Amino acid sequence: MYETTYHRPSSVDEAAALFSKGSDSKYLAGGHTLLPVMKQRLASPSDVIDLGRIKELVGIDVSGDALTIKAATTYFDILQSAEAKKTIPAIVHLTSVLGDPQVRYRGTIGGSVANNDPAADFPAAVLALGATIKTNKRTIAGDGFFKGLFSTALEDGEIITAISFPIPAKAGYSKMRHPASRFALTGVFVAQTKAGEVRVAATGASQNGVMRVPVIEAALKANWSAGALDNVTIPTDGLLADIHGSSAYRANLIKVMAQRAVAAAG
Amino acid sequence: MSTIKLTVNGKAVSVEVEDRTLLVHLLRETLNLTGTHVGCDTSQCGACVVHIDGQAVKSCTVLAGQAAGANVTTIEGISKGDELHPMQAAFRDNHGLQCGYCTPGMIMSSIDIVNRHGGKLDEETVRHELEGNICRCTGYHNIVKSVLDAAGRMKVAQAAE
Repeated sequence: MYETTYHRPSSVDEAAALFSKGSDSKYLAGGHTLLPVMKQRLASPSDVIDLGRIKELVGIDVSGDALTIKAATTYFDILQSAEAKKTIPAIVHLTSVLGDPQVRYRGTIGGSVANNDPAADFPAAVLALGATIKTNKRTIAGDGFFKGLFSTALEDGEIITAISFPIPAKAGYSKMRHPASRFALTGVFVAQTKAGEVRVAATGASQNGVMRVPVIEAALKANWSAGALDNVTIPTDGLLADIHGSSAYRANLIKVMAQRAVAAAG
Repeated sequence: MSTIKLTVNGKAVSVEVEDRTLLVHLLRETLNLTGTHVGCDTSQCGACVVHIDGQAVKSCTVLAGQAAGANVTTIEGISKGDELHPMQAAFRDNHGLQCGYCTPGMIMSSIDIVNRHGGKLDEETVRHELEGNICRCTGYHNIVKSVLDAAGRMKVAQAAE
């Protein structure tokens, strides 16, 4: 790891001010992506600004029709949350199959969403549930947030403060975990909103990161059941192909994971 | 360079380290607590697991600065003098180790597992919970036996306190 300067601000405003002072600053949340990348010398930020201890960024609450999880809330805290279990159990399930116990103590929802790894789990929940991303500057609709691999609508220095998930009528998540990395070889989040809209998002499958899956949405809109997807064919265009699986394999996984997610959603 | 104050195994420590120092290197190289191991160095194998404020984390993926002000417990800090921690004793009695390289991390993770699940542990849960720790010798069988044995011993020890 190259030399860097570590900062631990106690407020979002202080963090943003520190960020703009550094020549090449990076925010650190759980650190389980940034630190490995720094160790490989693929990133060499002048300043590392730790958001993990900012109290105003931690917490989970339910108000009206939304579950709001503040950005530096850890996966462990989400797993413990009675509010999350009661309102959107699919999010708790997604969190339980993410990483391993030690990673879940450190990793944060905001870090996952800001990083937008093409095989990360939370981007699928954000997209399928039509969540809203709140930052220190504005509110961004989940539909316009993800911009391809490791790229988002966030501006330089902008900090996610919370993610607000509308509570759905039904939701489920299923993923095929890569056995070593535990990232999604393909994961599918299905949701039926209270207004009756069906939204489905797949992670780990596309060359362009998390994506909606219109053919599955249409089939589930007509008939919300796993069996409704039996004859659906997922186009392989733009899907990932690597040593772990071909694009045809991933296309099939999207269907199978969607069926399992629907079965889990009930 | 920054001065970092933290508590390690119950003792207050103040050290001057580079900002890029990882917690595992602070423990091993600055404090000479070499029981915590570096295995993969990519937060997968779990040989470096220590407790920060009671939570089992991979110290190869935590900056020393992130642990400032925290209570850190390593494998050196769990026995009471010559009396092994019940988890250590169970690993010895059940032959839960062979080369021993992964053992400090296994034990620190396993204590955390028992703390979270209490006496309700079963084999499936232990195997699932140990997914962040890799052992290349034992095939895990005796490790799982050790954790289940220790869960019973820790329950008895807690009841006695």
